[in-house]
Amino acid sequence: MKLFEYMGKELFDKYNIPVPKGGVAGTPEEAAKQAENLEEAVVKSQILSGKRGKAGGIKFVSGKEHARQAADELLGMELKGLKVEKVLVEEKLPIEKEFYLAITLDGTLKKPIILASVEGGMDIEDVPEEKMVRHPINTNLGVQPYLGKDIADRLGFSGNQAKQFAKILANLYQAFKELDAELMEINPLVLAADKLIAADAKVTIDDDALYRHKDLPKVEERTDAEKKAYALGLSYVELDGNIAIMANGAGITMATLDIIQHYGGAPANFLDAGGGAGVEATAKALEILLSTNPKAILINIFGGITRCDDVATAFITVKKQRKIPVPVVIRLVGTNEDKGVQILKDNGIEAFGTMDEAAKAAVQLATQ
Amino acid sequence: MAIYIDDNTKVLVQGMTGNQGTFHSQQMLAYGTDLVAGVSPGKGGQTVEGKPVYNTVRSAVTNHQIDASILFIPAPFAKDAALEALDAGIKVVVCITEHIPVHDAMEIMAFAKEMDATVVGPNTFGLVSSGKCKIGIMPNQFFIPGNVGVVARSGTLSYEIVGNLTAAKMGTSTVVGLGGDRVVGLNFIDVLKKFEQDTETKAVVMVGEIGGSAEENAAEYIKGNISKPVVAYLAGKSAPAGKRMGHAGAIIERGRGTFEGKVKALSAAGVKVAELPFQVPQILSEIL
Repeated sequence: MKLFEYMGKELFDKYNIPVPKGGVAGTPEEAAKQAENLEEAVVKSQILSGKRGKAGGIKFVSGKEHARQAADELLGMELKGLKVEKVLVEEKLPIEKEFYLAITLDGTLKKPIILASVEGGMDIEDVPEEKMVRHPINTNLGVQPYLGKDIADRLGFSGNQAKQFAKILANLYQAFKELDAELMEINPLVLAADKLIAADAKVTIDDDALYRHKDLPKVEERTDAEKKAYALGLSYVELDGNIAIMANGAGITMATLDIIQHYGGAPANFLDAGGGAGVEATAKALEILLSTNPKAILINIFGGITRCDDVATAFITVKKQRKIPVPVVIRLVGTNEDKGVQILKDNGIEAFGTMDEAAKAAVQLATQ
Repeated sequence: MAIYIDDNTKVLVQGMTGNQGTFHSQQMLAYGTDLVAGVSPGKGGQTVEGKPVYNTVRSAVTNHQIDASILFIPAPFAKDAALEALDAGIKVVVCITEHIPVHDAMEIMAFAKEMDATVVGPNTFGLVSSGKCKIGIMPNQFFIPGNVGVVARSGTLSYEIVGNLTAAKMGTSTVVGLGGDRVVGLNFIDVLKKFEQDTETKAVVMVGEIGGSAEENAAEYIKGNISKPVVAYLAGKSAPAGKRMGHAGAIIERGRGTFEGKVKALSAAGVKVAELPFQVPQILSEIL
């Protein structure tokens, strides 16, 4: 779950990571109020995307009237395909220098890793490799004081600034660990009037750990259909094409999309019915597919933990309950395959034995 | 010879009395796995399929020789169960559970390293040395003995690949599911190393996907270290950037982990990359 910048900064504040003075606003009036005690301020639109400045989503203002005006322009605006519902109003910092600091996890090392650079304010992939500091964190030890001093030194900080940096890094790691984060990024971390301040905050929390963080704000990135699928425990992503796809397992679902595209078709979605999806969940998954008005549906099941007879039964149940207005192609093999294929046959449906034949058939039916 | 597990491997099932634990204990026994006992806290003294159930791993290992354990434990409790198995000295721990928080996975891996043990998964179908021992949830009928080693990140897709091999009358030596999560115990390189030494394995199939850099790292390793032929299939060619495609690892971000990048790296290492799953046996038959 990605958090908005203002939410990230509220968390930073709790963990004693310095952030600019200011606060979030949902209306121009609130924005004016937030700017009341600030001479020069910045009004930043809150969307879950970077490069807002270049897209016109950040405005510099003087005084509360001007802040009200800027907020009025930004709120409700569509920016990079996303609607601006809140703005963050903050003091304008006298920036002397910008740095980059992040903690994320490294799948290869199986550890958290610190990424830092003396070149901040730009996308991390644009920072030359030789200017990056990468340091894995020992899972058992965490960030010890020496490590903060060491990385501060490698970035060229000294004296009081080095102390500030080490403290920010230690606090950032504490937040990363306690909040089950996948990413905590400060870009830029700015030096202003001899103080290091987090001028931006990008925080991503591990979805699988949300159950133990009930107090965190909820940010919904999913579409309505994606939300419905998520509630059923299914993985669903909307795409642009017209062939709806259901398969069991993330890998085989991706492979099904690939093979559809290989034969000149366009997938309408990615729907992974997962392992062990029962009759009810499978029926609901089919409902979701039908709600997107595809030209054809392809069901590709290789039963392991999933049983083919359950899938067949679910399909027949839905078919009896409602009209299915588009052709459906089913490929069914694996656990209880014989039973599943027979159930379909009894209802006048032929199942395909290979993914290749089924994909070809689906593409053909969708283009007719 | 087989890798990680063989005919002699004695297996424990953690979470044996649950639905999945019971069903897959039956399936593993049917495959011929030497499953000796189970653990379900509070259910000690019961039996499943005639095998004794204990309250703790410690009591199971006191009463039996145990070489490997498989976990059918819900995500919130899976870390504790894995640590319990590792602490009891079990050297191969297979974690089927999906949706384990990634920080939990990192702690498990740190402890496994300390205990010099191998963790397979999480979010894996397990591993099988065909005809000898299956520790996992894969459908029995497709895993027949042969000389192709398979290592994969995703479950059902591996069944698809192995199913295609079986249909082409090619059996498998050992099939290893690395798991679809961002932090998993084994990576391609660990398993490739083992296959290289395994006299039973003549060629290796790598089943990968977009996201992360596991395939690129493997390609780098294959160049100087693997003499056996390697064929790869990668899922996710058509996936749009920035969308998470089911597997936590399968996300393309910041231009890393792309399909094209992986194909390029593997091809440069001499790996033949199949465009579609059914091409894998074709390519193998040309090599073998």
